[in-house]
Amino acid sequence: MASAPLTPEAAGAILSRRARWRWPEIAFWLVAAATLFFLPERHLILNEIAIIGLFAVSLDLILGYAGIVSLGHAAFFGLGAYVAGLTAKHLTGDPLLGLVAAGLAAALLGLVTSVLVLRGADLTRLMVTLGVALVLGEVANQAAWLTGGADGLQGIVMGPLLGLFEFDIFGTVAYAYSLGVLFVAFWLARRLVHSPFGLSLRAIRDNPLRARAVGIPVHRRLMAIYTVAALYAGLAGGLLAQTSQFVSLDVLAFHRSADVLLVLVIGGVGYLYGGLVGAVIFKVLQDVLSGLTPQYWQFWIGLILVALVLLGRERLSERVRGLWRPRAAEEAR
Amino acid sequence: MLTILFDGVAYGMLLFVLACGLAVTLGLMNFVNLAHGAFAMAGGYVTAVLMNRFGLPFLATLPLAFLIPALIGLVLERSLYQRLYARSHLDQVLFSIGLVFMAVAAVDFAMGSQQQLIQLPPWLQGRVDILGVQVGLYRSFIILVCGLLVVALQLVLTRTRFGSRLRAAVDDPRVARGLGINVGAIFAATFAVGSGLAGLGGALGAEILGLDPTFPLKFMLYFLIVVTVGGTTSITGPFLASLLLGIADVAGKYYVPSLGAFVIYTLMIVVLVLRPQGLFARGR
Repeated sequence: MASAPLTPEAAGAILSRRARWRWPEIAFWLVAAATLFFLPERHLILNEIAIIGLFAVSLDLILGYAGIVSLGHAAFFGLGAYVAGLTAKHLTGDPLLGLVAAGLAAALLGLVTSVLVLRGADLTRLMVTLGVALVLGEVANQAAWLTGGADGLQGIVMGPLLGLFEFDIFGTVAYAYSLGVLFVAFWLARRLVHSPFGLSLRAIRDNPLRARAVGIPVHRRLMAIYTVAALYAGLAGGLLAQTSQFVSLDVLAFHRSADVLLVLVIGGVGYLYGGLVGAVIFKVLQDVLSGLTPQYWQFWIGLILVALVLLGRERLSERVRGLWRPRAAEEAR
Repeated sequence: MLTILFDGVAYGMLLFVLACGLAVTLGLMNFVNLAHGAFAMAGGYVTAVLMNRFGLPFLATLPLAFLIPALIGLVLERSLYQRLYARSHLDQVLFSIGLVFMAVAAVDFAMGSQQQLIQLPPWLQGRVDILGVQVGLYRSFIILVCGLLVVALQLVLTRTRFGSRLRAAVDDPRVARGLGINVGAIFAATFAVGSGLAGLGGALGAEILGLDPTFPLKFMLYFLIVVTVGGTTSITGPFLASLLLGIADVAGKYYVPSLGAFVIYTLMIVVLVLRPQGLFARGR
């Protein structure tokens, strides 16, 4: 870093240089768009990948950028799924309206519960996020008249997307829809983390005390990003409910929160693409492993987690990141 | 009413024995070990297998239900856990969740996913009437055993050389090492005993809590509640917390079954938000 005083213009120039789209990123999205046309028989699984990817991006916003460890992120995912499902069942079959409702409901829950994660250290946060997810799961289980309880929410009928495209059984429209939502959400998240707001979050993650000392409103920033992350998780849940036309208690289960952590950790924490890369690897692994041992694939997931931690996940994800953004890796060194 | 209180106390005592190992690793050593329930499950399965396959009497299996998980704990601590003491909480969480998943799937593979049933010896079955209160014999037995364990633990921690070394090692590992205390060995021994106690708790609780491969996940939160709500400055905090939790859970299931576990979770969130350092801990 140069020692010359940093003018606001120069700082702005640095920020916008860092936020510029690089060709590997553009290539990534072009490939993703191409799969719409070249892999028709894989659209169902690609749709799931897009949804998990969005969910993982949401977790990355709070874990990678704000340093909040959450074991209950499925709370927002599940709420989004139920709201989208109920909207379609009782109010309107329009996917986009339902999705907006799902996102807003999750964001509201995020805003309310963000007060809870401000207190205490990692362990308290873990417990509180886990507790919130468990409470929601219990509520969904007990309110069987609304959610269908253990039988799941059935009878969701979706209208055509934008009034034009009916959802087909091959999942092509569903995948295009999820990918579109993912791209827009991702683009906005990317803008967010490259903005001064995003930088202030990283400052809070690295040293909350010092961040407060230089005048960053730590609590308000954390609440804001937690709410945004909840919104994203709600959107992901909503997409799952709409494209599978079924919601079960499974969307709120503990293993969902654990899975999304794994997805993010496989891909690498703290650069947004980690969630997407992780989602691809995770789904392919799941496909292969559950093909080998249908019942016990959880064992292999556990083994992967343990191995990742012992081998040093930072080192691995740093390497992936280096491939991705060579210049960013150089800057970091 | 008094019967519920009694059952609650027995349940709470059981929870304490299950969770007290975690109180040390998580509370004192600050290691987020979500896999603690896996050791308890190991103990439960040791008892179940020895009784149902080899026909050993219930009491004879208990020492093994302590020793085998303790041994597993010792091996895992020396080989894996100790590398992670200095790592971030996220790493510890991921690692221990991984262990839980592996344990659940492995037990499912080896033993099947059904509930394991244990036939208690006749002298522990049934209830007796004491001063108009229905008292379960098996629950009295649990209270007796767990009560003895609590007293023994408290004495070991406060009165023995090992206890003071452990406290020193936890407070400041570097200085303790400088004073010639073998911190690694102390931690390993503590971890092993904690795992063994969890195993013993799992064996004793197989009848009350149920035992199937998802045991570590089902009760993970209970153990965590005991430790975080109880605070970590002493052993009495977690003990009181487990008694409270046990009584509240039994009473809740009896009086308002429709609310289920809802009350417990909500209470936990409230307590943690108001007092992040625990209910019975002095503020630091």
